[in-house]
This record gives sequence, C-alpha cells and structure tokens, in this order.
Amino acid sequence: MDAIGQAWTWLTTGASWSGADGIWHRLGEHVYLTVVCLAISCVLALPVALVLGHLRRGGTLAINLSNVGRAVPTFAVLVLLVLSPLGRYGQWPTVIALVLFAVPPLLTNAYVGMTEVDRDVVESARGTGMTGGQILLRVELPLAFPLIMTGVRTAAVQIVATATLAALPGGGGLGRLITAGFAQQHTYQVVGGAVLVAALALLVEAVFAGAARLGDPLRHQRRSRRKEVNSRGLSKRWVTE
Amino acid sequence: MAADNCLVANDWICGEYVRTRAHDLTAATLQHLWITGVSVALALVVAFPLALVARRWKPVAGPVLGFTTVLYTIPSLAMYSLLLPVFGISASVVVTGLVLYSLTILVRNILAGLQAVPEDAREAARGMGYGPLRLLLRVELPLALPTVMAGLRIATVSAISLTTVGAIVGYGGLGNLIYDGMNTLFKAEVLTASAICVALAIAADLLLLGVQRLLTPWTRTRRTARSARPSRARTGEAAA
Repeated sequence: MDAIGQAWTWLTTGASWSGADGIWHRLGEHVYLTVVCLAISCVLALPVALVLGHLRRGGTLAINLSNVGRAVPTFAVLVLLVLSPLGRYGQWPTVIALVLFAVPPLLTNAYVGMTEVDRDVVESARGTGMTGGQILLRVELPLAFPLIMTGVRTAAVQIVATATLAALPGGGGLGRLITAGFAQQHTYQVVGGAVLVAALALLVEAVFAGAARLGDPLRHQRRSRRKEVNSRGLSKRWVTE
Repeated sequence: MAADNCLVANDWICGEYVRTRAHDLTAATLQHLWITGVSVALALVVAFPLALVARRWKPVAGPVLGFTTVLYTIPSLAMYSLLLPVFGISASVVVTGLVLYSLTILVRNILAGLQAVPEDAREAARGMGYGPLRLLLRVELPLALPTVMAGLRIATVSAISLTTVGAIVGYGGLGNLIYDGMNTLFKAEVLTASAICVALAIAADLLLLGVQRLLTPWTRTRRTARSARPSRARTGEAAA
C-alpha cells in the first residue's frame, strides 16, 4: 500500500508535471487526440446514421458494427496499424484506430435513436406537408437527441480509453506515464498515471452526460415522461449502455 | 526454402511461424481462455446477489448501478495499473479487472431481465403456492434468461478482447504474443495472435447463443418475428 502514498507524492510534486515527459504535456496530447478523433468520428458516422435511420435502412449493418467493434481487441488493432506501412506516418495509426473504435457506438446509437421515433409522429409531420429533410432535422433529430448523445459520450470515453493504450506501441498521451512507470519499475508512477487516466475518463463521461441533459431540445417535455419510466424501476437506458 | 523465407521476410501471414511456435500459441490461447472464463464465472457469481439486493431494496439500486458504471468507464490499462499495488504482478490483476468490467454488464442485464417479468406470471405462481425462492428459480429466472444471456454474451466477448491488455503485467493470454510481436516488430506473431483472439470471441458468442437457444426453446418462434427490428439490448458499449 506504500505505492499509493508515493503515487500521491508524485502527483503533488511540481516536477512531475513539467517537461516533455511531464503530466501537462501528456495530458495535452491526450486531450488533443481525443478532441480531434471525436470530431472526425462524428463527421464520418453521424450523417450516415441519421440518413440510414431516416430511411430506416441498413439496420443490420448499424447494429452488427457494434458487435464487431466489441470482439476486436483495440490493443491488437493499434499494434497491427503501427506495424503496417501506415506506421511510418507518425500519429496516423493512432488516429485511425481511435476513429475505428469510436464509429460503431456513434453509428449504432444514432441509428437506433432515429428508428425509435414514433412512426405516427413522422406520418403526421408528413401530413402537414413537411419534406423528408425537414422531418429529419425538425422532428426526428430532436426526438433522437438523447440516444445520439449517448453514442457521442460512449465514443468519447472509448477514445480516451483507446488513446491510453496507444502508448504501448509508442504513441503519446497519459498512457505514456503508465508505460514509463512499468519500464522503470516505478509502481507509484504506474498508479499515479492510472489515477489521471481514470479521472479524465470519468470527467469526459460526466461532461457529456451533462451536455446531453442541458442540450436536449425537448428537455422540458421529456421530464414528465422520465418520471413515469423511473417509477417502474429502471429506465430502458440502463440496458443499452 | 520458401517456407523459411516468410519468417526472414517478416510476412504478415506465415505458415512456418504457426508450425514452429504451435506450442507458444497453444499456451497463450489456454491462458487467454482460463483468464476470461474464471473472470466471467466469478462476475456471474457476484452479479446475481447484487442484482437481487438491488431489486429487493430500491434505494440500493441507484448507487450499485452508479458504482458499476464508474468502474466501467475506467480504461483497462488504468484499471490493471490501479490493481497493481494490491496484487503485485500476477494474474489476479487481470482477473479482478475483468470481473469488475463484467459486473457492470451482468448486474444491469439481470436486473432488467427480472424487472421485465410480467406481474401476471408472478401472481399466477404465487396463486399456485410458490414461495419466493421457488418463484425466483422456476418462474422469474427462466423468463429473465434471454436478457441475462444477452448480457453474458456481451460480457464474455468484451472480456476476451480486454484480456489482451493484461500483457502489461505478463498475463494477457494472446495479448502477450501481440506485446512481444510489437517489441520485436514480428508481424506474423501479431496477426496470428490477433486473429485467434477474434476467433475466440466469435466462437464464445456463438456457443453462448447456442446454450441460450437450448435453455429457452420457447423464445425461438417469437424471436424470428421480432428480429426484423434491432433490439436495444444489443447496442452496448465496450471499454478499451
């Protein structure tokens, strides 16, 4: 248990935070990678999912992609990409791996969110003369918002986790603190680095959960319904996450 | 000597590698299987009482689910690292980490499965004189089984994938080979180990699906009617 006290000392020492191998630099790399890869993944996955969900096509693909994503070890993909010819291009293998694992939750959740919009609502919107595009943006998108955000949050946490592993084949980020700790047999640095990684993941989870709640365009309408669901015990969301 | 050349040329696919290192591959696969198997089995043993407690005492449900969600959010490399001072360099680090991850999925699905049991079915059983234990074992669990098995499949497939990261403490099963191949730039070793790992995940998933079909023959006819629509329970997430 001595390692925990030493880890605390390490975390609270100014010297651990400065320099090229310092915490600030590694944290910066980690956050930068996360933001860039989340943006790329959203741009790639969300339009596809929204259009497929609107057309109610391609469900098998959208659902199975998540299952495939779960079966493939992230560590293996990271190493395979680094050993591939792409490995020569600096950060690119890491970026590709992060995007690959962020796309399935984005695609699946957004697709399911869109298809779960009540068909009667869509039909009545069509009855009022709205075009397909208008229905997608003004009716389906607001209704699907919570599940789309679940996908974004899941993808963000996934990217933080995968970016940590990217340190094993030599990428940057907070994972480097852990791998360096292992290499030098400094258990306190392994533990300290792990605390920082866990804290970052939990922070990202909390920020996106908050954003989903505050940004929900139907926040006030939904509140009364949510109570109803909770009184039955668990909301459906618990099973999906 | 064409066969030897693929080792020298460091090809991705190399039959000679599989032949000469068959022993390593078998040992790594066996380690992978026992680490995953023990972890998921332990998680199942712990998850059932937790789910029952959370169902019996409503105020407990929130904190239990919240705590398991927090555990699930922690990235695997950090999880194993945090367990390092507790267990030292040992298989317990990986097994404990995997148990904690699997718990999240299993507790949620067991709880959801039990809560989805129709009240009518419970009433009918009580009317027939079933006590609480018999009600649970004979009525509620069988009806909750499809949801529980869906959770078990997700937990198992995730655990097989996350075991690889255990290579950081030397107990990663096939992950050890990937780790070694990464350090020695040995392409065939990395690709072969990765492929076996994915094959294990698919095989385990299909095996559990088969077990589920055998255990719940009554769902088969309904399932074909429902499968046109994607089920929400399958859109789970994975930690890396």
